[in-house]
Amino acid sequence: MNIGDKLQAIGKVTLNRFERVGRGSLFLWQILLSLPYLIQRPFLLVRQLYYVGVQTLLIILVAGLFVGMVLALQAYIVLVDFGAEDSISLMVSLSILRELGPVFTGLLFAGRAGSALTAEIGLMKSTEQLSGMEMMAVNPMQYIIAPRFLAGVIAVPLLTSIFMAVAIMGGYFVATEMLGIYEGVFWSQMQVNVDFYADLMNGMIKSLVFGIVVVWIAVFEGYDCMPTSEGLGQATTRTVVHGSLAVLGLDFILTALMFSV
Amino acid sequence: MQGMRDFGFFMRFFMFFFRDLIGCYKCLKYMPFYRIRLASSTDFYIVCLSPFKEINAISIDPPNIIIKIRGLSFSRGNRLIFDNISMDIERGKVTAIMGPSGTGKTTLLKLIGGQLKPDAGTVHVDGENVHKLSQSALYDLRRRTMGMLFQSGALLTDLSVFDNVAFPLREHTSLPEVAIHHLVLLKLEAVGLRGARDLMPAELSGGMARRVALARAIALDPQMIMFDEPFTGQDPISMGVLVKLIHDMNHALDMTSVVVSHDVEETSSIADYIYVISDGKVIQSGTPVDLKHSKSAWVQQFLGGVADGPVPFHYAGAPLMEDLMQDAK
Repeated sequence: MNIGDKLQAIGKVTLNRFERVGRGSLFLWQILLSLPYLIQRPFLLVRQLYYVGVQTLLIILVAGLFVGMVLALQAYIVLVDFGAEDSISLMVSLSILRELGPVFTGLLFAGRAGSALTAEIGLMKSTEQLSGMEMMAVNPMQYIIAPRFLAGVIAVPLLTSIFMAVAIMGGYFVATEMLGIYEGVFWSQMQVNVDFYADLMNGMIKSLVFGIVVVWIAVFEGYDCMPTSEGLGQATTRTVVHGSLAVLGLDFILTALMFSV
Repeated sequence: MQGMRDFGFFMRFFMFFFRDLIGCYKCLKYMPFYRIRLASSTDFYIVCLSPFKEINAISIDPPNIIIKIRGLSFSRGNRLIFDNISMDIERGKVTAIMGPSGTGKTTLLKLIGGQLKPDAGTVHVDGENVHKLSQSALYDLRRRTMGMLFQSGALLTDLSVFDNVAFPLREHTSLPEVAIHHLVLLKLEAVGLRGARDLMPAELSGGMARRVALARAIALDPQMIMFDEPFTGQDPISMGVLVKLIHDMNHALDMTSVVVSHDVEETSSIADYIYVISDGKVIQSGTPVDLKHSKSAWVQQFLGGVADGPVPFHYAGAPLMEDLMQDAK
């Protein structure tokens, strides 16, 4: 293969990527246009909220608990050298509210619910259910995609706030019961130093952005996949990989925008 | 005091009157069921969802051609699938489109349904150019005129048989649940699966799934149904059932059927007119009898199922001897 061919191949891949991004953006636009349909069919949204949100709850609860506990342990080990172990609650709560809560929830959501969404929609495509729906004059964008998208966007911030609460409870348990930090110090440090807008709200904004991006990737990959078993597998993998990378990349950008002075 | 009582009587009378008026209106709105009894045991029921519109449609003399295809070309990648083909499909008839697998028969149905866009040419369904319509107009046309039976059935896997058949009714009409219940049972009765209404699609055999899909396709009483390979992969009994259903339905409901298939015998037994396509062109068209007496060697090979002929047995390649010698070198 000479250099010309190689350049051509690179160009082709790049063009394909850009075309896909373009298609994805149009797809998002179509989803947004389809959302008003859910006013007539709220039960579709409720059902998806159950599948996407409630069924992800368990993994979020367990992960949150352990993350909070580990964080408290690690923070103690570092802080005790400086005699600053009273600040353990500050360290735990800030890192969870600002970073770990939204990021972990985004990653777990991409792995648990995102992949399931992609597989479900992709399978519907390969079994001609989406085509069949179109021929019955029911728009699959409205009936299938829009409720799943909106359910994801609503579920992720809620799951994030649950993750945050559980993680802080885990940290509290380790700090007070295992490490012997005084309870009053734990809570008062948090009360004084954690800001509602600067910390909690910024974290929630992050989680909203992650939710939109992960669900968008998941439904687009499902809708755009090759209708074969191989294509479906690839699409599911791409959802998890691209979704996770998007969460981490966007987290850096959002942190830079929100917290850098 | 007297006046008050009179007023009370009047109000009560008025309320009852008003309630009955609404009741009558509802009856009128949902009443026009037509029932057609056939010589066979199968009954068909049609519900006329908007009687006034329907009467208007009848009063205009309907043109005899429901699908008009002119100069249609379509290609996938570098492969030309249709090369300037033209067809007319008559209203109220069973028209078959036959050809070997891979000639794009399903693609043709998708072009008619507006799911794919042609490179050139036009498709008119019920007088409207399918590919020039806005999305909402296209959906309206599909709802009004088209039903489609997919090869796989394309049943929604998360809904039961009953809900699958009810799906188009719930989406497109504001019928009360009682009326939907009755209609769905009637449609399922027509395909002989009323007893299977609580099963999930995964519990159905292939033939049953296709019959449920057929019940769903006729749920809104479309003017035309497109059948995509309805006989493929069916055992002889379900094949016979499907052939009979398509034939009976077409006559009882005065529907137009477009059957895409390569099952020669079954399709010729119900088709009024057949188009044979191959290599992107219409090779021959005519009634089943015409085709049987066709002089075209190609058509004879296709209808007779002969292994070698104008369609060669061997995929194009170098002569065998040459190939072998090359390997030896």
